[in-house]
Parts: sequence; C-alpha cells; structure tokens
Amino acid sequence: MKHDNFQIKNVSRRNMLKGVVSAGGLVLAAQVFPRDALAEEKLYNTGAGGMPGGAVWDPHVFVSISPDGTVTIVTHRSEMGTGSRTSLPMVVADEMEADWSKVKIVQAPGDEQKYGNQDTDGSRSIRHFVQPMRTCGAAMRQMLEKAAAIAWSVPDTEVRAQNHFVVHTPSGKKIGYGELAAAASALPTPSFKRIAFKQPSEFRYIGKGNVPIIDLTNITTGKANYAQDIRVDGMKYAVVARPPVVGGKATKWNADAAMKVPGVVKVIAIPATPAPGKFAPLGGIAVVANNTWAALRGREALAVQWEDGPNKDYDSSKFKEQMAASARKPGKVERNEGDVDAALKGAAKVIEREYYIPHGHHATMEPPAAVAKVAGGKAEIWSCVQSPGGTRGDVAGLLGMPESAVTVNVTLLGGGFGRKSKCDFALEAAILSRDMGGTPVKVVWTREDDIQHGFYHSVSYQHVTAGLDSSGKVVAWRHRSVSPSLMSNFMPDPKRESALELGLGLIDTPFNVPNLRLETGEAVAKTRIGWFRSVNNIPHAFAMQSMVAELANELGRDPKDFLLEMIGPARIVDPRKTVSSELWNYGDPWDTYPVDTGRMRAVVERAAKEAGWGRKLPKGHGLGIAVQRSFLSYVATVVEVAVDANGTVSVPRVDTAFDCGFCVNPERVRSQVEGAAVMGLSIAKYTEITFKGGRVQQSNFGDYKVLRIGEGAMNVRTHIMPHGIEVPSSGVGEPGVPPFAPAFINAVFAATGKRIRNLPLGDQLSA
Amino acid sequence: MQVKVNKVDRSYEGDPQMPLMWFLRDELGLTGTKFGCGVGLCGACTVHINGKAVRSCVVPMNSVDGAVTTIEGLSADGNHPVQKAWRAHNVPQCGYCQPGQIMQAAGLLNEKARPSDEEIQSTMAGNICRCGCYQRIFAAVKDAAKGA
Repeated sequence: MKHDNFQIKNVSRRNMLKGVVSAGGLVLAAQVFPRDALAEEKLYNTGAGGMPGGAVWDPHVFVSISPDGTVTIVTHRSEMGTGSRTSLPMVVADEMEADWSKVKIVQAPGDEQKYGNQDTDGSRSIRHFVQPMRTCGAAMRQMLEKAAAIAWSVPDTEVRAQNHFVVHTPSGKKIGYGELAAAASALPTPSFKRIAFKQPSEFRYIGKGNVPIIDLTNITTGKANYAQDIRVDGMKYAVVARPPVVGGKATKWNADAAMKVPGVVKVIAIPATPAPGKFAPLGGIAVVANNTWAALRGREALAVQWEDGPNKDYDSSKFKEQMAASARKPGKVERNEGDVDAALKGAAKVIEREYYIPHGHHATMEPPAAVAKVAGGKAEIWSCVQSPGGTRGDVAGLLGMPESAVTVNVTLLGGGFGRKSKCDFALEAAILSRDMGGTPVKVVWTREDDIQHGFYHSVSYQHVTAGLDSSGKVVAWRHRSVSPSLMSNFMPDPKRESALELGLGLIDTPFNVPNLRLETGEAVAKTRIGWFRSVNNIPHAFAMQSMVAELANELGRDPKDFLLEMIGPARIVDPRKTVSSELWNYGDPWDTYPVDTGRMRAVVERAAKEAGWGRKLPKGHGLGIAVQRSFLSYVATVVEVAVDANGTVSVPRVDTAFDCGFCVNPERVRSQVEGAAVMGLSIAKYTEITFKGGRVQQSNFGDYKVLRIGEGAMNVRTHIMPHGIEVPSSGVGEPGVPPFAPAFINAVFAATGKRIRNLPLGDQLSA
Repeated sequence: MQVKVNKVDRSYEGDPQMPLMWFLRDELGLTGTKFGCGVGLCGACTVHINGKAVRSCVVPMNSVDGAVTTIEGLSADGNHPVQKAWRAHNVPQCGYCQPGQIMQAAGLLNEKARPSDEEIQSTMAGNICRCGCYQRIFAAVKDAAKGA
C-alpha cells in the first residue's frame, strides 16, 4: 500500500501519536478487531491525493455525535443532482454502524485545507472519497467500541457496534451512541494501520440503494434552497448587462434612465477582464435594485452600447469550414502505433468519414446566482458553486483578502453539468457588494444571460480514416480531432486539444488495429469554452462509434459483432509508450484504472443481451449500439428508435450496461443513467449554440431546444455490472452520456438507412 | 391590490406589471416557486390560481384573478398524493424543477382525476427537467392518479 496519496491530517497524526504515547493500550493489536482484514490491505490507490486539498481521512473532521444520539456528518462535495450529498455520508454511516434515521447532514463551506478537495467535477466524488469516508466511519465505530469497552471495563474483543449501539456480546447489555459520544470523541483517531472495515455482507446501506436522498422531502415541499432562493437581511438584487461578444466592453449607457425605474438603487460598471480570464466576470453594467423585477426593468433602460472586440467575427458556419479544412490536413501526432500511412497505401479499401458537433450549453434549470456580503475586511458568499474551495480562492484573489477572510456557503445546485465549476457569477456578486459598501447583493442570471454568456461545450470536427484489407479486416485507423480547447480560459491561444482533452476518450482508443494514429488539428477558441458533462468524450465517442458502425455496414457485418472485433480480445491496452505527451488518465493512477477491454467487451455483450439484440423489430424501428470508456467507467448503450413517415424519431427503449466498479448507490446510479439518456438525446436531436457576429444566436428554451417529457428515453433500463468492493469505484455522473448519441444515430441508420454525421439531428430526416 | 396566497391575504403596492413569480419569491419569500426561464417555457414557476396550473413568471400582478396556491401551500403536511408519489419514485435529482413539476401534475389531477398517458405527457411537456427525470415523473403522476 502506497501511503503517498493518503494525506491524513497532521492533527490526526498527532492524535494518533498521543494515543500511542499516553494511553499505551489504546492502540490495539490487529487481531483484536473481528471485522474485515485491515484497511491498509484493502485500499487501492486513487488520484485523490493529487487534487488541491487532497483527501482527508479523519473522522473528527466529518463526524460528530451529540448526547441525544444524533450523528452529524459533514458532506464536503457540492450536490447538483448526482446524490453524492447522500451517498458519501451514507458510506460513513454504514461503516460506523449508525442508524440512518438518526443521521443529520451538514454541508461544508469551502475549505479544502480542512475537508480535502471539494471540486465537484470529473465524476470524482465517489471515486475519490468512498475510501476516505469508509475509513472515517470505521475509525469512528472503533472509537465508539473502545469507549464502551472502557466504560464497562471489559476487553475490546467483547464489544461490537450494532446499529447505533455498542453491545457487550457476552452479556447482551448495550449502550447508545449518544451516551458514548463524549467519551468516544475524546479518544484519539485510531492508527490508520489499525482500522478494520465491516464485511461487505454486513452493509446496511452501501451498495443497496435503499436510502432516499436526504433532500427528498424538502424538494417536494418547496423548502429546498438553491442559490437563486437565498435571502439575506438587507439584501439587494442585481442583474448585469454583459458584453454580447466575449472580450467586448460597454462604451456608453444611460444610468439615469435606469435609476428612474422605481426600486433601482445603483448602477455599477464591472470591468472587463482580458482573456485568458479563467473564471473572471465578463464585465458589463450592473443594475442593483430592491427586487429582481426592478433590476430587470432598470437593465432594459440602460441601452448599453458595446465595442465588440477581437471575437466579433466569430461565425459558426464559417468556423465549421475552417475546422473541416484543419481536419483534412495532417495534424500533430498524439499517439502512433505501426505505420498508418503505409497501411492506408496498401489497403484494399480506404474509408474516410467526418463528424461534426456544434457548441452546446448546460442550461441548468437553476440559472447561475450568488449572494455576497463584502464588509469589514471579510467576504461571505452563498452560491451554487461546484468548486467551493476554488471559489474561495478566486474571491480572495479578486478582493485582495486572505482566504481565511472568505466564507463560501454552498447551497444546493439546481443542476451543474460543469457550468457551475466556473464561479464568475459569485465573483460578480462580490464586486457588487464591495462597490455597494458592504450591502449584501444577490446577482440573478436570467435564462437569456445563462444561454448567451456561458462557457460552452466545445464545437468539434472529427475526421476518421480506416483502411481495410481484402479480407475485410481493419488494418489502419487514423482519427484526427479538431476542437477549440478549454485551456483557453487559462492560457493564451492554445491551438489544439490539450492532454486533458485527449484523455477524455480519444487517447485511450481501445481498438485492436495494428496501425493506429491519433492526431489533433488546429482550432482557436473564439468564445469561452467550458466543460460540459463528459466533455470531449461526446465528440470522440460519436466519431469512433459512428465510424465502427459505418465500417460494419460497408462490410455487411453485424454492428455489435464488428464492434467486439474492433475492441479485440480481453486485454489491457497500454498506450503510455505510444503517446507523444503524458497520458492523462482522468488524474488517476494507471495501475488502479487501466484500459481493460475485457470490461469493455462485457458491457457491450450485456447491453446487447438485455436489449434483445437481433430481435425482430416493427417497421420503422432500428437498434444501435455504442460503447465508451470514460471517467474510468465502461458504458455500453443500445438505443431502439422508431421513425415515422414524417421522419419524426422516438426512442421506445434504451438498455445501458454500466460498469463503474463497485457501485455504492445503485439507486442513484440508475437515476444518473436515465438522466444521461435524456441529456444524450437532447444532444443528438436538439441542442446547438451558434454564433454570428460573435453573438450567441439563441436566448431561451424557445430557440435552445432541450428534450421534454414524452420525446423519448422514457423507458431506460439500467444494467449495473456487479462487482465487489475490492473493484475500484469509478465515475458515474458523466459516463452515461458519451455512448448515447452514437447509439442513437446508429439506430437511426438501422431504421432508415440514412447516416447522420452532423449533430444535432434536427429535421435532417424529414428534409 | 390584494392577493390571496396560500389562504393568506397579501397586499401589493408596486409595479402592476411585475410578474407574480417575483412577488412570491422576492416580496413574500416563497422561494419554492422557482425561476427558470421568465417567459413561460420551462414550468419551474408553476403555481395554481383557483386550482389551475399557471406559469407565474408570465402573470402580471394586475391580472392575478383568483386565489394563488404555491408548492408551500399545496398541502398542510407535504403529503399531497403527488408529493407522496414523487417520494415513492425517488423522482428528483437536483430537484430544482420539481416544485413546478409537482404543481403542474397536481393541477392536472385537479382537472382530471384519471388522465390518459397521452394527457399526462402533453400536460407535463411544458415542464423541463434538465437532469432528465422524465421516466420517473411520468410513473409518479400515473401513481398519484391511481390514488386520487
């Protein structure tokens, strides 16, 4: 076991030593614990330690027990719908033998030194924290057992924690957690080496899916609070007129007219930040008022004139042509095996295909919002941020304060999908409260603000070339990917996808082809590029999985069988020696999470079996299949479509096989898979952000269409691959999305014979 | 002007064009009625006026013509059949759109105790859920209708 990545807090190390030194017998020999083998033997290495703040394994940080028996568990990740706010405390509660009905959950403010990494992003919450939380729970259980043994003056071997009590097994007498609280919490944290886990057969909640999300009642009664709902005494409301073109600035505005609107109290200019601006506000003119409506009326009265700046010519249709030209030229080689050029030259048949996906936008149901109070040398923020720790640092930097003077309170997030990783809205609120002399200010983003001033899912153009030999075997595979990089937020003018973006489902291409080359072409960002649920996996999977189905069709092969042949035999694919720069494996260690084609094959076979692949279908129906490894999970989806005479497509059934290693909360995994199908179908059918004159052409749900109920994906069947807790848990929130669009488009082809290579589908079938 | 909200009389003196949604949220603090789009396209702000589901973001204060019920007033104990069905099916993910979804579903059942599948879908189609809880929303509305 490598300890390098386990950042046990210094304080707990000291406590541990204190236990050894002062109490002697307190640190117990291993055989005393009747539970599972020692934690140290059971843990696997993850990338958690490499993240800012790392992971904290100390129960004193996360768990407290009050005399009435209430167990309070701190949750440090943001809740945006994945259920981690319930699932991680549930892991603690189970390991500590707490009764879930006596558990209270408290949301941690932004403080990565104290709680470890809080950047709720990258499908990492369970992946990086199931082990630390399990360890916290086990340690707390052992402290409770120890406290009871001391109270009863009995050997530790005679006590056992059981559902909120410690039981003296020989006599059957028991004592509640509340009564043990003071004594147990005064004990030192057990040595990491001495922590023993429960046997998985003893789990009450982990892996069961029997615990509803803790906010369920509040959500269904309207009591759940999101950032848009926060009210602070004396608070004013603000909206901001932002430059319609990124990099633009206001040149003229009518503050007097805005001030004449009843309820408007101030007009404040927010300076523009030159690119690369990280998450800095776009700048613009803010109107502060006594309520949101007055602020909105005041903003209309501003009549701002803008200077558009360097991105004023951004035009999506022209940009598509530029990307296509880039994709048709030799690019930068990112991974190279064999000799693709020679193999293509010698191939009996060469097939080239191109795939395009436009910009997309998160359109979280809760538009961004934040309340800030900046007064007396301190700042307090209430906001729906995915990264409260990062927000704290950014607010501190903006205001020139130490981080210790900044409190970031995390509300529930009404959707996140990556948008709320960028805290520009919280920074706007901080600026406005400061400029209002300390009055608390809530910044409300409208839906139009949200859609027109986002951090957009990157537009992409993919060019794939395959060479077939005379027997129909694929002997060459060249995939050239062109997409403006999200790194443009952090550095000037990156010209191609970064190692991170390549890691998102391209560099780990699993195909069993002797000559394989992955390349990137140039494209420069003309707007703010963000990360959107599963990020570059969407275009990478769309191109790869569409191309495989196209080749199967060329060869007259069954698409599922041909996909399995392309994946090849069960093996570990290791591209680390054939990549040009460092291979980014989602920030996690290769040895824990290699590319395992056995698991990839297994999800393909399971999805096909569950979907009844090959069954006779009604007229106009078709099945499509696709698979993608993303966020270290393996997901295969079979989509059934039904296309009517008008070209209208419905999706009567979806079967998804989902391998996320050990599944902590199958009920929430199912909800994520169902939601990913809906979002995937939105991407495939509808969502498109276009630019003209540097401006986003869409503004609300009328022209930025997303899936509504009854438009498909109403019958999603989730098939979770069973694994024991020894199989490292991997991502859940994002991996359901990438295979959906190609599976859907492959199904459309099966139903109609029409191959769609440009998303969204829109009216391409009826045109 | 006087408006009855959740059985309580409220007075309002401001801009008569202000949408009911902002009155509920900013003036009364009834934040269970959510702001989603402001133009009646997403349903997050759905409330009842005289038992009928409406989008409060597009109803100006001067045209509120009946008693307003918000999610906070849908039932005294949070156990309206629709709320119970929502919990039984573990419908929510992020939860933001759910009060509007619930108010829309309750409004439908007020008008028709046993809606058909098509009626459920066409009525609920005005309420967007970006997390994609539609499969469960549909099942929950069907269940609530059975129990109605």
